Amino acid sequence: MEKFSTHTGIGTPLRVSNVDTDQIIPAVYLKRVTRTGFEDGLFASWRTDPAFVLNVEPFSRGSVLVAGSDFGTGSSREHAVWALMDYGFRVVISSRFGEIFKGNSSKAGLLAATVEQSDVELLWKKIEERPGLELTVDLEAKTVTADDLVVGFTVDDYTRWRLLEGLDDIGLTLRHADAIDAYESTRPAHKPVTI
Amino acid sequence: MGRTLAEKVWDQHVVRHGEGQEPDLLYIDLHLVHEVTSPQAFDGLRLAGRPVRRTDLTVATEDHNVPTRDLHLPIADETSATQVSTLRRNCEEFGVRLFPMGTENQGIVHMIGPEQGLTQPGTTVVCGDSHTSTHGAFGALAFGIGTSEVEHVLATQTLPLRPFRTMAIEISGSLRPGVTSKDVILAVIAQIGTGGGAGYVLEYRGEAVREMTMEARMTMCNMSIEAGGRAGMIAPDETTFEYLMGRPHAPQGEQWDEAVAAWRELRTDDDAEFDTVVHVDADALTPFVTWGTNPGQGLPLGESVPDPATMDDDAAAATRKALQYMALEPGTRLRDIAVDVVFLGSCTNARIEDLRAAAGVLRGHHVADDVQMLVVPGSMHVKAQAEAEGLDTVFTEAGAEWRSAGCSMCLGMNPDQLAPGQRCASTSNRNFEGRQGKGGRTHLVSPLVAAATAVRGTLSSPEDLTPAVATV
Repeated sequence: MEKFSTHTGIGTPLRVSNVDTDQIIPAVYLKRVTRTGFEDGLFASWRTDPAFVLNVEPFSRGSVLVAGSDFGTGSSREHAVWALMDYGFRVVISSRFGEIFKGNSSKAGLLAATVEQSDVELLWKKIEERPGLELTVDLEAKTVTADDLVVGFTVDDYTRWRLLEGLDDIGLTLRHADAIDAYESTRPAHKPVTI
Repeated sequence: MGRTLAEKVWDQHVVRHGEGQEPDLLYIDLHLVHEVTSPQAFDGLRLAGRPVRRTDLTVATEDHNVPTRDLHLPIADETSATQVSTLRRNCEEFGVRLFPMGTENQGIVHMIGPEQGLTQPGTTVVCGDSHTSTHGAFGALAFGIGTSEVEHVLATQTLPLRPFRTMAIEISGSLRPGVTSKDVILAVIAQIGTGGGAGYVLEYRGEAVREMTMEARMTMCNMSIEAGGRAGMIAPDETTFEYLMGRPHAPQGEQWDEAVAAWRELRTDDDAEFDTVVHVDADALTPFVTWGTNPGQGLPLGESVPDPATMDDDAAAATRKALQYMALEPGTRLRDIAVDVVFLGSCTNARIEDLRAAAGVLRGHHVADDVQMLVVPGSMHVKAQAEAEGLDTVFTEAGAEWRSAGCSMCLGMNPDQLAPGQRCASTSNRNFEGRQGKGGRTHLVSPLVAAATAVRGTLSSPEDLTPAVATV
C-alpha cells in the first residue's frame, strides 16, 4: 500500500446523504476480476445527469470528495473504494461512514476522514464559493485546510498509523503466526469443518 | 459484571490482544466465499505466493451471477461467465471446496452455511458479503468483509478487529398472525435509521424472538446491516439445536453433546449491560413496507406516503429525492400503489418457510394479469424441498415463474432485472436506487405481502384478498 501523509487536491461537494455502495458502483460494474478499471462504474447512474457534480468542471477533477452523512452504507463491495480511487479520489470526507466501507478504505489506501456535520457544511460552502479550491488533508495533524478554514477530522489510530507507514495488513498479521498456531491447537473438536 | 453474547463469542476467538493502538486479532471459524468479491483476493495470494491457510474452514458457492433458468446452457453474459469460471479455477488451484451452479448443494452463500450445518452457535463467520449477518441467528458472530479482508482471512484465518459496541433490540410480546420477522426488522430500521446500528452488534431478544423459527430469525439478522449494524445475533436455544441436529456438518455423537453443553452457555448474562437498548412492541406491529430508497424509509402498510412538508430540512430533502425517484405523491395510500413485478427470493426471504407462506396465500388465487411474479428459491435444497411439497405447482398454477437458486433480482447481476421505471414488491433487503435494475423501483415487503400484492396488483396483505386468507 502507498504511504499517505498529506494530500492536496480539488474538493468535490456531494450534497447527498445515505450514499450506499450500490450508488457508488452499481452491481453490473462488479464483474471485473481485476483490481483496477472500475472508474467508469463510479456513480454510474447519477453520471447520466449532466448536472451531477462529477460532470461539472472543475469538480470533475476533484480528489477530495466531501459527502453527506452515512456515506458508503450497504453492500460490502470493496469495488466502491476501488472505483473512487481509480477515478482519482484519495480522500472522502463525511460525518459518518458505513462500517464495512470504512474498513475497506483503510485496507485499500483511501482516507475516510470523519468530520463533524457542521464542518462538512462549512467545507461545502467554501468549495462551492470557489470552485476548484484545493483542500489539503494532513493525516499527521488530522486536519483539512480549505483556504482560511481549518477543520479537524477523526480516524482511528491504527488505521492512521498503517496509512502513514503504508503497511500491508497480512504481513503484519503473519508476524504473529506462532500465536495463530497456538490458538488453533486449543480449538474445540466440535467446531465445524467444510470438507 | 456479566458479559453479553457478542462479547462472549469475541472473547473466545481472540488469538492475540493488540498492544497499544493495535486491534485484537480474531480467529475465524468459517469463511464463505462467492464469485464477486473473491477474484482479486485469490490474485493477491498468488502474487505473494501464499496458500489458503485453512481450506477445511473455507467453502465457496456460485450465487450472485448465476442465471435462474436454462442452467444447461453456458452463462450468456461474458463477464458473468468469466467471474464464475475464475472462481472455479481459483477453488481448484487453492483446494477450496465449491458448490457449483446446478449442483444439489448450491445456493445463495447465506443459505448454504445453515443448510449444511456449518453455521453453528459460538462460531465466527465471515464472507465478502454484507448479509453475512444472517448467520448471527445461530448465535454466531458473523459479519461482512471487503475483498482485502477476504484475502487476509484466506491467508491467515484471522482478522485484526476492534471490539464492537453492543445494542439490545428487546422485542416484547408476540407477533400477531400475518406479521412476520421481516415486518419486525423493517420497523426496527425505520425506528433507528440506516446508520442507527453503526459500530454495534445488535442482539435480538425477548419473547417474540424466542417464538420465532430459525428461518424467521435469519431474516431478521440478515437485515441488521441495513440498520448499519456490523452484525446481528440471537442466543441459541432448543429451536437452534433442533434445526442443526443431523445436518451434514453438525457435530455427532459425543461431540454433539459437548457442543450443546458449550452452546447453552452462549447467552447474555443477566447482569450484563448493553451500550444501547431499543424497545419494540411486537403486539403493536402490522405488515410493514418501504416507500423510499433506503430500508429505513418504511411504514405500516395501512399508512400513506409521507409528506416532506411536515419534516425538518434534512429529512425533507432526503424524502423529496426518494419520492421523485420512486414516482410517488405524498398522501397516496400505500395500498393504492400498483406494482409491475413481484420478486420472492434473496438471502432475506427465500427459505422453505417463506415459500410455504407465500404459496399458502396464492393457493386458489391467480397473479394479477399485468403483474409478473418471480419465485427464486434461495438454494437447490429449498428448491428440491418445495418441489417435494408441491409448492412449485402452486406457484406455476397461480401464474408465477418458478426458477432455480441464486441471488437473482435482489441485485440484478444475472439476467433477472427490472426495466427502467418498473415497480417491484420484493422480499429482498435493499430498495436502493437501481438496485434491482437501472431505473427500477423497489418496495421491500414480507413473503405474505409479496404474495397478496401479486394477486391484487397493488401493495396488499393477505387479509385484503377475497376470500381473505388467514395466516398463521
